[in-house]
Amino acid sequence: MTDTTALLGELPADGPAAPPRSNGELVFAAPWEGRAFGLMLALTEQGVFTLSDFQAALINSIARWDELQRPVEEYHYYECWLAALETLVVEKTPVTNPEIDALTSHYLTRPAGHDHDHDHDHHH
Amino acid sequence: MTAMPDARPPAPIRTEALEALLTERGLVNADAINGLINRFVNDVGPMNGAKVVARAWTDPDYKERLLTDGTAAVGEFGFSGPQGEHIVVVENQEDMHNVVVCTLCSCYPWPLLGLPPDWYKDPAYRSRIVREPRTVLNEMGLALDDSVDITVWDSSAENRYFILPQRPAGTEELSEDELAALVTREAMVGVAQVGAPG
Repeated sequence: MTDTTALLGELPADGPAAPPRSNGELVFAAPWEGRAFGLMLALTEQGVFTLSDFQAALINSIARWDELQRPVEEYHYYECWLAALETLVVEKTPVTNPEIDALTSHYLTRPAGHDHDHDHDHHH
Repeated sequence: MTAMPDARPPAPIRTEALEALLTERGLVNADAINGLINRFVNDVGPMNGAKVVARAWTDPDYKERLLTDGTAAVGEFGFSGPQGEHIVVVENQEDMHNVVVCTLCSCYPWPLLGLPPDWYKDPAYRSRIVREPRTVLNEMGLALDDSVDITVWDSSAENRYFILPQRPAGTEELSEDELAALVTREAMVGVAQVGAPG
């Protein structure tokens, strides 16, 4: 029987050959990843789209990443997740791409330290 | 914030905007999202799958049900929910090791294992485990004898594979709970084996 734990200590901690770690890694590396995950599940629970719809969109978005971005940028799974989510939201809800872009731009102009604008006005 | 090659705004801000717009439309609310995140961070994880494995090791009838209809058998524990449909359980043998991947995205039996770890979602694992499973398993710390065949199972929305590892020798006296404590997530994906206690 291989003592996996002992071997893992000698292998790189990240990169393509990164070994699995039984414990210690976070489920979400950053809070926004959790939000993007929760948004997707909440929308399936509301019946806005199905998990299968999302999986199909995620496969497309990962494939697109492989084609376009892999040479220039480190793979980020939840970026693909978010792109898939945006695609489905625009397809299945009244929310539009220009609206998402406008509100995102608006948030980007917030003063530093002001990271939650409840009175947002994205009609500008 | 690092520069984005395609000038897309940073993901955290886009996510926040998306949530605000969906909330405004009454399609989501913060409490529901918090509850879902909390569930997958704290309540669902590999300990569920470990209980299933320990039961299968100690109850031959359960094992047969598990291998026949994975989804129904894990449902006996109350393990169900998103990505819990179409669970297919494959059993490791002396001369046949099984390992799971999702080559196209990240299909994974959430109710049994929680959300997949980063290495499972990594493009390198997704492509290499199919082409050179023995080498990749070696790199991950699992050195299989050349006499052991390896089968790679590609999970999808139609079939989510789950490995029933071999019960280690010397565990005849252990209780189901003690056995469950030996079973790791990696063993249930097939990139490790279950070690004997101690």
